[in-house]
Amino acid sequence: MSEGSDEFKGYRGRALRHLRQWGVRVWSDVRVRNDAGSVFEGVILPRSESFDDLHIVIKLKNGYNVGVHVDRVVDVEELGYKKATYKIPEQEFPRRRDLPAVTLLGTGGTIASRLDYRTGAVIPAFTPGELYGAVPELADICNLKTEKLFGVFSENMAREQYLILARKIGEEIAAGVDGIVIGHGTDTMGHTAAVLSFMVQDSPVPIVLVGSQRSSDRPSSDAALNLIHAVRAAAYGDIAEVQICMFGPTSDRYGLLHRGTRCRKMHSSYRSAFRTIGAIPLALVDMKRFHYLTNDYLRRDRSRQVRIDAVYDDRVTIIYYYPGMAPDVVDAMVDRGYRGIVIAGTGLGHVNKPLYPALKRAVARGVHVVMTVQTLWGYAQMYVYDTGRDLLDLGVVPLDNMLPETALMKLCWVLGHTDDHDEVLQLMRKPINHEITEREPHNGYLILQGGLPETEQYIASHWK
Amino acid sequence: MLQPTLDYEQVGLVAGLEVHQQLLTERKMFCHCPAGLYTREHDGVVLRHMRPTLSELGEYDGTALMEFKTRKNIIYLLHESNVCTYEMDDTPPFLVNQQALDVAIEQCLMLGCDIVDEVHIARKQYLDGSIPTGFQRTAIVGVNGHLPFRGRQLGITQVSVEEDSCREVADRGHLVVWRTDRLGMPLIETVTEPELRTPEEVAEAIMLIGLVCRSTGHVRTGLGASRQDINVSVRGGRRVEIKGVPQAGWAPALVHGEAWRQVNLLGLRDELVRRGFRGPDDLTVDRVDVTELLAASRVDYLRREGWQKLIEAEGRRPGLELGEGPFRVWALRLPGLAGTLDWPTQPGYVFASELAGRVRVVSGLDLPPVLLYRGNWPSGAAGELELLNKRLAGGDGDDWVVVWGPEQDLHTAAGEVRLRYLDALEGVPSETRQAFADGHTDFERILPGPDRMYPDTDSPPTCMTRERVEALRRALPPPPWERQRRYAEAGLATKTIEYLIRRGGAALVDRVVERCGADLRQAGIFFGERLRGLARRGVDVTAIAADRWEQLFELLVEQPLLWEVWAELVRIMVEERTSSPADLAAAREWGRPPPNWPELLERLLARKPDHRLDESGRWRFYMGLAMDELRGRVAGAEVAALLQERPEVRGEVR
Repeated sequence: MSEGSDEFKGYRGRALRHLRQWGVRVWSDVRVRNDAGSVFEGVILPRSESFDDLHIVIKLKNGYNVGVHVDRVVDVEELGYKKATYKIPEQEFPRRRDLPAVTLLGTGGTIASRLDYRTGAVIPAFTPGELYGAVPELADICNLKTEKLFGVFSENMAREQYLILARKIGEEIAAGVDGIVIGHGTDTMGHTAAVLSFMVQDSPVPIVLVGSQRSSDRPSSDAALNLIHAVRAAAYGDIAEVQICMFGPTSDRYGLLHRGTRCRKMHSSYRSAFRTIGAIPLALVDMKRFHYLTNDYLRRDRSRQVRIDAVYDDRVTIIYYYPGMAPDVVDAMVDRGYRGIVIAGTGLGHVNKPLYPALKRAVARGVHVVMTVQTLWGYAQMYVYDTGRDLLDLGVVPLDNMLPETALMKLCWVLGHTDDHDEVLQLMRKPINHEITEREPHNGYLILQGGLPETEQYIASHWK
Repeated sequence: MLQPTLDYEQVGLVAGLEVHQQLLTERKMFCHCPAGLYTREHDGVVLRHMRPTLSELGEYDGTALMEFKTRKNIIYLLHESNVCTYEMDDTPPFLVNQQALDVAIEQCLMLGCDIVDEVHIARKQYLDGSIPTGFQRTAIVGVNGHLPFRGRQLGITQVSVEEDSCREVADRGHLVVWRTDRLGMPLIETVTEPELRTPEEVAEAIMLIGLVCRSTGHVRTGLGASRQDINVSVRGGRRVEIKGVPQAGWAPALVHGEAWRQVNLLGLRDELVRRGFRGPDDLTVDRVDVTELLAASRVDYLRREGWQKLIEAEGRRPGLELGEGPFRVWALRLPGLAGTLDWPTQPGYVFASELAGRVRVVSGLDLPPVLLYRGNWPSGAAGELELLNKRLAGGDGDDWVVVWGPEQDLHTAAGEVRLRYLDALEGVPSETRQAFADGHTDFERILPGPDRMYPDTDSPPTCMTRERVEALRRALPPPPWERQRRYAEAGLATKTIEYLIRRGGAALVDRVVERCGADLRQAGIFFGERLRGLARRGVDVTAIAADRWEQLFELLVEQPLLWEVWAELVRIMVEERTSSPADLAAAREWGRPPPNWPELLERLLARKPDHRLDESGRWRFYMGLAMDELRGRVAGAEVAALLQERPEVRGEVR
């Protein structure tokens, strides 16, 4: 039996030696007495491997956990053994002829789950039967089919996953579903939504990415409501684009449908973290209705032929410019064989002069260098200042108001087709789905500044 | 209310306490918001709902499900000065407040608890919305303690730390409104073993544990800073938690009332068993729609338009306070249950009120009288009663209740009535009951079980090092019983001792005795009586910090003469906060007799008192004149001795 085996999950060193000596293991129901005569009765829990090797964790009968120092233990008695079973019971998902068909594709993360009360472990619910147990409302919305494509945290999504996901979407559409929901971790949901916007074009049905900001094991989680909103958008919504569906406000009120190329996670933990940048969201969705905020979207149309264009070259990087950046940062990328560089420049799209020779060398080596803005809102307008004009002369190409991450994903996708400089630049500058817009509406940039009387008045009269 | 008597020993009364005490920390428990900053206004509002999570067995916890059934809309009122995004569950917790853990350790040491080696934060689910996450973060800090109580040892099960919940602003129908300022404040919870045997013992134990908390010197005082839950059961009954008892004085009536209630509920169980009710299959509740039958009722709220008018007047909004579905009136027929609605429960209450409590909380049908039955039928509506009796005609053994409101809520209400009768078959249901000042309680929720506790995966455990515990032990103030004994021996009055320990003056008394060599009795009277009097006359004695009191006592020990000007000195200390008491006294020449003071006395003796005064009157007259000039500079006794010998006082010269 080796360290870290299931029987002693997480225990090592002294704690492990003591457990063996006492003849007990993880899930043993024990009565432990220490040198002060205190008695702890409960189940030995697994321990995180990052914690020390001096304590054993016991879940007491009253539900609390305590860590007992192994050196203080004078007596251990095993009363029984209660292994946790990490399985969620299935209930058959009811099917109704009159309901639309929706496929939920899983990439990882948990939109619904059940909790192991002893360890706090979250056991994802994913099959229709499991989901029905966790969010029974789904059965009134659609006939649900699920498929788990991979189980990765969203930061581990990359080329391989994007290609599989795009092809799978094509298959599902060919099979005639009414809408597709993609369960996704929230960290890189914006990246995936952007790349799918390029890989899946002219979809006849909605493709909706959804996740949660509070894990689904919490009573206050946004997961169930997000899932309901997303499934409704897939089943009944009219927008046949790649979109993100997440909370509008932090209150349990409605979700927003954001265009895949223009959406960004703007807070590390807020429920309402996802915002459309430089435009307005496509629609509001709640339990009862859709409220479309614009006419400018691709309508649901079963007769339209989807184009799946799943290519991706990941030799592309993003450079977040900062004052004093040295040119060797650029040189290093070029020397390592990167084919594309997205710069997130300051202001209207600027970098310092010392970088010029490095950028000139990069362009001369056939590396495609494009400019976006780290302000996120607004356009790269490089003809305004000398710096911008100089960069244009060096062959750095502005991408107007394309978001830096969207530009990264698009350049990867474009390089999957061609490495011809002119072709690459032409494809980059030609919008496929609003990644560049000609106009920025004045309500496309709204960051309410707290503390101002008019903002406070607004906040006080609206549920956040 | 007339309290029926009960032999507590005979019925096997057992009670235990959970004493919650807010801690005097600068910040909240899991974020950096200021603690103890309350507001009456709000500048933001958030709407949420709670959804139960699947339990171990893939089922919903009973309590959680009950709370989900209530379909509560939950509104939080926020103010930027006292909540951040943590309280609103939009930011994960920061590391646990170490200052709070220190106070918890102090409490543990005072109670002789065994400090847990490694503290693990757990989540305790609450779906009533009182905490926006849906759970309270809590952790055991110590176990296995005891305190001296009525000549025996009262066991302390555990001391834990936890975050405080929201304050309820309103709970109407399906909408509950919470103010968030108190949310997240650090609390300690001290849990006793169920070893209290009478209502009086419960009250006394509350007082004693309160004294222990206060003896740490690190807890908050004032309204709402400490709250008690009392667990009560009788032999054959079950643990019922009486929640939120604000003061010890409420305890005797509440404990007595609950014991009485449990004895009666056990009697009801026996009666039901006698009638042949054994399990769920024997219990039916028939739902009979009587909306049309009562369409012309003289009772307004039983008619659609009358009810409509009432909810409009009450400001009940669809989708918020109001449940879903059309207005209906249902009679719930209870076959074989005749007489049970009038079965006594708590003093002055009957079983129908148990049904009403559940219906009110769970279904959201909270407009009084919640439900009607023969026993509370409105006077002047005998006709309706007759109609119903005819319509519901069944066997003599039947009874019925009437509920009204939105149809969805009636479904919930009917279900709850049946569930409450099912519980009655078992005797006493485990539940949490809300306490009222008059000694009665009402249903709040099913008592949460251990299944609602699970580890908080957001927080790492804290190792309690020996160094930390020992450092706190060295600085630990004495426990109240030790002080009580010592102060009583020094001759202080019981009331003064109590005040000193509860209000924190005891720490100052011990400090000046220990560090300045002050007399314990004198210091006790000073902090426990004299300063109180001065404070009542408007002197802000709280403005003086501990080290300045120490300076004052150093001075008083050195120059006891200054006791004669203590009040003036304290007054000046409040006003001039930068100078030391010694400098303040010196500036007034206190403690230094004027070199020519007997001559000054001569000058004063030239003045003539009222001729009607007798000898003692004359003495007081001259004494007053002299001390106005000499107070704090020459001892009164010395002046008095001189004056007593003088012919002007004795009346020998005229």
